[in-house]
Amino acid sequence: MSFWEYANPVKFLKLSGSLLPYVSILAAITIIAGLSWGFFFTPDDYKQGATVKILYVHVPSAFVAINAWFMMLVASIIWLVRRHHVSALAAKAAAPIGIAMTIIGLVTGALWGQPMWGTWWEWDPKLTSFLILFLFYLGYIILWAAVEDPDTAADLTSVLCIVGSVFAVLSRYATNFWNQGLHQDASLSIDKEEHVADVFYYPLIVVMAGFVLLFVALVLLNTRSEIMKRRAGAIMVRSGI
Amino acid sequence: MLFGQGGGFGLSLAFFFILVVFFPFAIGPNLDLLSKVAPGTLWVGALLACLLSLERIFALDFEDGTLDLLVTSPIPLEGVVISKAIVHWLTTGLPLVLLTPFLGVLLGLQNSNVIFLIISLILGTPALSIIGAFGAALTAGMKRGGLLLSILVLPFYIPTLIFGAEAARRGIEGFETQTSILLLLGVSLLSWAILPFAAASVLRINLR
Repeated sequence: MSFWEYANPVKFLKLSGSLLPYVSILAAITIIAGLSWGFFFTPDDYKQGATVKILYVHVPSAFVAINAWFMMLVASIIWLVRRHHVSALAAKAAAPIGIAMTIIGLVTGALWGQPMWGTWWEWDPKLTSFLILFLFYLGYIILWAAVEDPDTAADLTSVLCIVGSVFAVLSRYATNFWNQGLHQDASLSIDKEEHVADVFYYPLIVVMAGFVLLFVALVLLNTRSEIMKRRAGAIMVRSGI
Repeated sequence: MLFGQGGGFGLSLAFFFILVVFFPFAIGPNLDLLSKVAPGTLWVGALLACLLSLERIFALDFEDGTLDLLVTSPIPLEGVVISKAIVHWLTTGLPLVLLTPFLGVLLGLQNSNVIFLIISLILGTPALSIIGAFGAALTAGMKRGGLLLSILVLPFYIPTLIFGAEAARRGIEGFETQTSILLLLGVSLLSWAILPFAAASVLRINLR
């Protein structure tokens, strides 16, 4: 048994089909539990009041948005090295979810920024680099849609994803250099000093786990439908429709 | 050869000129204000003018089959990409840089300050050319490649634009410029180091 066995579309469909219900239910439970814990059973912040609760949507969506790109990068490299179609399709499947999470992160950030900083938008490095991430997602998705031959599309988007990662990281540090920020430091990091307070921390972790599970469920679902779409296409070609 | 092919060279230069001349019409004839936005205007103008001529890097050669011959020739495809990008810079980037002092006058820049813009453009426009060559390689052979090319390439231009315009702005406002110039140079060199390989691999995919 090796991990690569599941690169076979049939095996992948079987495994993902049996996993999908569990992952989805688990995602729903953790998100509902985490959000209701966060929304109703934690105190308001002494400075920010109830707006601090935007944190429970803002941080997880931003986290998933960045890591979705990272997952696409890994899947693209696997596609280029080992030519497993499932990998290419998983990268394709993750992109719309990533861009949706980016938009959620930006919008919740704006809603939070308005009462706290007095502005919907500020050209702060973190905000700016998220906007840039959005542009990279956009280019990636548009390139997938523009190329007709599926293998060529997979190849081109994989190279775009790899080179794009280099330039996205460059842009991240360029924006750091370009403007000093309003945004607070990382809400979650190894360094305990800069953490959010524990009361907010535990529900946040639960919601984050929920968002990650949601991401996994959606990627599995999208990848499955991509595989099936391709099969349907092959059947249509074969039967001459 | 590139000069002869239907005036793509003159066009982007003319576009740069017109774009920069139109800014005062939009912002108003206040030279103080114009000189403040001059670095940004010239940088965005250069970037858009560069974008305009990118499609021609590979599209024509792709259509008439020259690219197939170049792939089978003994020169590595990476070398072809590099020479194409150099030619693109010589016919687009360099003329833009040469035109900058005159446009600087129109935007109310002091003569001594124009030098910062020239330095930042000389160091930055090569990056625009090689990044553009990568984008052109990605979209070679697509029917509506032009618009797609712009959408794909523009995010890649962000670091160059930030460091380039920052260097010019800092120079004009009298701050130290060394850091931003070195970073700009770094972005240019990094682009020239990795993108020829990426562009060549993408071309091979497109020619399959």
